Amino acid sequence: MAKTLGILGKKLGMTRIFNHDGSILPVTVVSAGPCPIMQVKTVDKEGYNALQLGFDEVPERKLNKPAKGHQSKAGKGLFRHLRELPLEAVDGYEVGQELTVGMFARGEKVKVTGRSKGKGFQGVMKRWNFKGMCASHGAEKVHRSPGSVGSCTMPSKVFKGKKMAGHMGDRRVTYSSAEVVDVRPEENIILIKGQVPGPKNGLVVIRKAS
Amino acid sequence: MEAIKKIEREHMRVDMPRFKAGDTVKVQLRIIEGEKERIQVFQGVVLRLRRGSTDATFTVRKVSDGIGVERVFPLHSPFIEGVEVLSEGKTRQSRIYYLKKLKGKAARIKSKQIWE
Repeated sequence: MAKTLGILGKKLGMTRIFNHDGSILPVTVVSAGPCPIMQVKTVDKEGYNALQLGFDEVPERKLNKPAKGHQSKAGKGLFRHLRELPLEAVDGYEVGQELTVGMFARGEKVKVTGRSKGKGFQGVMKRWNFKGMCASHGAEKVHRSPGSVGSCTMPSKVFKGKKMAGHMGDRRVTYSSAEVVDVRPEENIILIKGQVPGPKNGLVVIRKAS
Repeated sequence: MEAIKKIEREHMRVDMPRFKAGDTVKVQLRIIEGEKERIQVFQGVVLRLRRGSTDATFTVRKVSDGIGVERVFPLHSPFIEGVEVLSEGKTRQSRIYYLKKLKGKAARIKSKQIWE
């Protein structure tokens, strides 16, 4: 994984706009930044290089004492979300410096990470796109079942990693090579082509693709 | 939400005339063929107007050589050079799909009486 610079943002929702050539383009609107650097982590001190960014300002009563103590070091206010961005080198970055959407350009490829919507306990047809069983031909009570999960005496077990029913969604998803359609630094808004993981108002991390 | 509405507003056209189902319109379409650009006209009756922000569309039906042709246009598309309302129709429904079944004289729509 390339360690690249990025920014934190909030997914606002989706819409359709017209492309410059007149075709219709689905876009996700993300309100991103400005994110102050809350802490610079270095190999000498913490064992790895990273930037800790803050996003979404909150009033003082929303945080506990240790969190307030840590965030007050940057002197940029208090934030709901703190996220780390691992980097190869952190020279030139200082605590309190602000990162904005201005770092992205129109047409650039980015990686967008978010927490996908939770779907609860789901069967194999929805979770793994299995075909299920026959609707008729004598099939009874097995229409959406997975069928066989393995062989018989040899190996007499179900292999690990077998796709089965279970909890779906609510996990970290990265959507790579997403295209930046538009950047509006004065409004702190970035438009990304297509969809972005997570619900509306969900936290997303937008990183440069390379 | 405000931010999304603002973006949508930038992409919406304000120069579109007001029309509704039953009206006869003339849609001028910009067609790009290679490097050349020309204007194609599609004239017919508006079957329906699907409202919305940037995704609003309208359907126009015309009868060409005895064959009904319907076309759906995005209302705010930059490919549309202009829409001209030729006549206003008097309809009871906002979606006049029944027109598809009718032929000849029956497939006419009374024009709206304008009281002076």
